[in-house]
Amino acid sequence: MDRNSNTYTFLYAAIMVIIVAAVLASVSMALKPAQKKNVAIEKKQNILASVNIESTAATAEAIYAEKIIGEYVVTVKGEQVEGDAFTTDLKKERAKDAADMLLPVFEVKTDDGLKYVLPLYGAGLWGPVWGYVSLSDDMNTIYGANFDHEGETPGLGAEISTTAFEAPFKGKKIFDESGKLVSILVAKVGQVAPEEHKVDAISGGTITSKGLEQMLQDDFTAYEEFLNKKK
Amino acid sequence: MSEPLFSKKNLKLLSDPLNDSNPITVQVLGICSALAVTAQLKPSIVMALSVAAVLAFSNVIISLLRNTIPNRIRIIVQLVVIAALVILVDQVLKAYVYDVSKQLSVFVGLIITNCIIMGRLEAFALGNRPWQSFLDGIGNAAGYGVILIVVGFFRELLGSGSLLGFKIIPDSWYIANGGFYENNGLMVLSPMALIVVGIIIWVQRSRNSKLIEN
Repeated sequence: MDRNSNTYTFLYAAIMVIIVAAVLASVSMALKPAQKKNVAIEKKQNILASVNIESTAATAEAIYAEKIIGEYVVTVKGEQVEGDAFTTDLKKERAKDAADMLLPVFEVKTDDGLKYVLPLYGAGLWGPVWGYVSLSDDMNTIYGANFDHEGETPGLGAEISTTAFEAPFKGKKIFDESGKLVSILVAKVGQVAPEEHKVDAISGGTITSKGLEQMLQDDFTAYEEFLNKKK
Repeated sequence: MSEPLFSKKNLKLLSDPLNDSNPITVQVLGICSALAVTAQLKPSIVMALSVAAVLAFSNVIISLLRNTIPNRIRIIVQLVVIAALVILVDQVLKAYVYDVSKQLSVFVGLIITNCIIMGRLEAFALGNRPWQSFLDGIGNAAGYGVILIVVGFFRELLGSGSLLGFKIIPDSWYIANGGFYENNGLMVLSPMALIVVGIIIWVQRSRNSKLIEN
């Protein structure tokens, strides 16, 4: 067959694409369970990191089983409903109407007492950002925070997942003295807010910082009723 | 095929890219990934192995197909082969070395655009037999990997005081603990990788007379 004819070229391309697609699909299916397990372990590590417990991939599951004493799902009204907190897909929940939204809560036993871990999910610059914030049992003081992202700019927005950014969250308060939810301001130069309600934004990562601030605002609002009930 | 598998000519395919025609220091290909992943030794090694796997196999596959590939879509065929292999490598990393795969993140995907790979396919695999292409792929990947590992070695040692995550510099040396030593933070940043690559090129050129221009 003439190697330069259109028929040959089209046939060649079509067959090549089918073979490659079949190979990739089967490999992806074969490796899915191992990959899912890695993602679950990482999630456990992140939840533990938000209450300042360090763990490695090997130890995460054991520590998680020991420290996490409660996992449940609440609605925006703060009522506990049926559901699995760990497998709740935040992306899907955030797309729902507020009334139907399921909000996972994790209760963790730490050396400093009972902590409540709230998973958060929002939008950064290039893709989603998410994180876990733990509150002390006054339901106001932040005990620790852990953030991650899908594809923020390395060195700029991606810095949200570093300790340098996460550590200052510790000790901040999300309610003001009158009990009004104020969340946390991720402040750029010149933005004024009481010290206990703000952290420093990342230079050069403005949109990620603002997205993270919006995420905190939105998600704390969703949990507000629950937090008030628990106080 | 009367030629022995490891004839002098074939061995040259393996050894040349290590020195005389090194992809990074002589041909200046694949610099982007050499700067990006070498802050620590472990990702450097994994990146070198990943590129070796992709380069060797894509070279062999393209070489096997070289007499069937329609000339007008040969670049597309090359890209499909490279991209498929890169996705395979990425999936395997995600399943078995998840933490490394997170560190490499986009750079694994960027193997697709690594100039070394397309360069070898166009320049070598399309015109040579599979075994020679395999050797050429391994040789070039080794030439690339050696530089990555050397750069990663110095950057992790001087930047973080460790190698493969193990502490090398004793804690008592650090100023914070009353010692005299401080890690060089610049080593962790990409510009220093460029400077280290520059120093390697300098050393190589001063030792290899073939590379000295008149």
